[in-house]
Amino acid sequence: MGDRLHTFNGGIHPEGHKAESSATPIRDMALLPRYVVPLRQHIGTPARPLVQAGDKVLRGQPIGAAEGYVSTAVHAPTSGTVIAVEPRAVPHPSGLFDLAVAIESDGEDRAVDFTPLDWRNLDPSALRNRIRDLGLAGLGGAVFPSYIKLNPGAQSIHTLIVNGAECEPWITCDDRLMRERAAETLQGVAIMAHALGVKTVLVGIEDNKPEALAAMAAAAPAGVEVVAVPTRYPGGGGKQLTYTLTGVETPTGGRSTDVGIQVFNVGTAYSLYRAAMLGEPLLSRVVTVTGHVARPGNFETRIGTPLADLLTAAGGANPGAVGEIIGGPMMGFDLMDLAAPVTKAVNCLIVKDPVHFPPRPAPLPCIRCGACARSCPADLQPFEMYWFSRAKDFGKAQSYNLFDCIECGCCAYVCPSHIPLVDFFRFAKSEIWEREQEKRASDQARQRHEFKEFRLEREKQEKAEKFAKAAEKQKEAAAAGPAAAPADPEAEKKKAILQAALERAAKAKEGVTPKNTDHLPPRVEREIAEIDARREQVVGKEGGEG
Amino acid sequence: MLSAILVMAAIGLVLGGILGWASVSYRVEEDPLVEKIDAVLPQTQCGQCGYPGCKPYAEAIAKGEAEINKCPPGGLEGIKRMAELLGVEPPAAEGMEPKPKSIAVIDENTCIGCTLCIQSCPVDAIIGAAKQMHTIIADQCTGCELCLPPCPVDCIAMVVVKEDVTTWKWRYPVHMMKRAA
Repeated sequence: MGDRLHTFNGGIHPEGHKAESSATPIRDMALLPRYVVPLRQHIGTPARPLVQAGDKVLRGQPIGAAEGYVSTAVHAPTSGTVIAVEPRAVPHPSGLFDLAVAIESDGEDRAVDFTPLDWRNLDPSALRNRIRDLGLAGLGGAVFPSYIKLNPGAQSIHTLIVNGAECEPWITCDDRLMRERAAETLQGVAIMAHALGVKTVLVGIEDNKPEALAAMAAAAPAGVEVVAVPTRYPGGGGKQLTYTLTGVETPTGGRSTDVGIQVFNVGTAYSLYRAAMLGEPLLSRVVTVTGHVARPGNFETRIGTPLADLLTAAGGANPGAVGEIIGGPMMGFDLMDLAAPVTKAVNCLIVKDPVHFPPRPAPLPCIRCGACARSCPADLQPFEMYWFSRAKDFGKAQSYNLFDCIECGCCAYVCPSHIPLVDFFRFAKSEIWEREQEKRASDQARQRHEFKEFRLEREKQEKAEKFAKAAEKQKEAAAAGPAAAPADPEAEKKKAILQAALERAAKAKEGVTPKNTDHLPPRVEREIAEIDARREQVVGKEGGEG
Repeated sequence: MLSAILVMAAIGLVLGGILGWASVSYRVEEDPLVEKIDAVLPQTQCGQCGYPGCKPYAEAIAKGEAEINKCPPGGLEGIKRMAELLGVEPPAAEGMEPKPKSIAVIDENTCIGCTLCIQSCPVDAIIGAAKQMHTIIADQCTGCELCLPPCPVDCIAMVVVKEDVTTWKWRYPVHMMKRAA
């Protein structure tokens, strides 16, 4: 299949800038005194924290558990003490804080016992659950939990594509990984193929990485085809690579699994190798540090390493640096805070200099040249989407398939008017998402309100029915008269008891009520007698008691 | 001539019969306009429009009894969409900028468990029982503020929902357009 490659439309040829960081081998980083591990590192629900401040943890110990279906676990990068579970700076375009576990290292780096997975014999669903608990997520950038992608599910997957294209300029972490750890990566690929039950395995690598191509081809077992794909951005996009290798287009709004193809990044394959063969959770990844730094290169970086420390390991920024980018220059975002840590999604840290990253020129009006449409690898019409997004006519923007935009940035790159097209598309997408969210919330509120009204009405009716029943009973009893009365001996008995109690109470009252005429001196008694006699005369009746 | 009249009459009868049958068997139970208007309303059920909920307000709008600018939670955006739906000019709307989204929060130390707020909540978003502490289900709260007045100990406060990583939105790109010379 790899003999005949297909060519997707559009795409661009930006300067590669790969040589800066790809020359040196992957370096290990020294153990740091402090790590910050965010609980939301993947698409989906953030992990549920399992530790609290003061807890002792070991390297590889889970500190966050998968919560819900689309989620995965996170683990302690070293042994030490949890100093806080609180919102911290995270690598996110907003610069907002998110819940994270801060760990102070004890310097011993003791690990929990890792047990390799018996992946050949494990039940597929048990294997997937183990992979979820080992925290595996796609390291290509989307960080989708891997265990879900390893489920062949309803759509039968017939082809596995391993993505080693690494098309973004500056980034070389996959390149170095394939050069140095080709055999291990391919072992991970074998496990993927086993889990998915696929026969065809294609590894796509852009032809600007001859060393990686050679290393992978040399290590590839039978049944795994390593294919050199032409270097053209965004050739490493999942849909683009799928098309290049197989000629199959991913349907609009769908995923490649809809056409029976599953795509994994090479970094994910390597982490799956470590998870299955060594039983080790996803504790570290290769991160490129490049641009305006003293010693650019790739680093085996523990998840949770503060980016400032990573930058220091690369010799620090050269004088005249003007900020940092997380990810590549095409799809990445400006970093707000160097205190933010490396997460599973961070593949590259670029330090910007004014020569390679000049400030964007002020945009000019769109001249309708159509260059954006010709460059679009998703076959969209960016100028149409731009007009409607700018006018906030989101329905129209969506009707031009805004959501098929992969935000690769080709259109903005070629725009002669320097219009930041992708910024408009991201804005429109997040507005539409918010509206959908609001719509769902208001639908739910409507349902709940209607149910409450229904419930109140039902309660009212039930009450009315009860009263009606009681009234009927009473009426019946009255109609039946005394004849019916003895029919209820229980009531008769109760009545008798009540009567007796009342009488007792009356007697007791009489008996107990103290009389103020008792125990009086004889003089007062005499006086009272006189008064009584007089009253008798006046009223002509019996006198009162006192 | 006669046959032409008969044919026309027969056609008329047949078509009339079909129309009559259709009007019975495809009868629209509820006014679809009310449903459509109700879908545009924000469903806070706050009653600020003067009607006891969003649906009654929608019914009033459909009958032409109410103006479309009586819904503060919907804001200007809501008026615009309503005007679009009904094909009318959006009426003047002052002070219609919606408040930032907030939800009610019960101070659980002060709550005496009187259940008055539970009865006033239009969407049953408060959990509690008599003489037991009450609490609000944040996800279900519409921010209508109807639980504030009945509380005898003033233990409910409206808290503005803070933006976090999941609710953060890309901002509208503001770039100075270069003047064409």
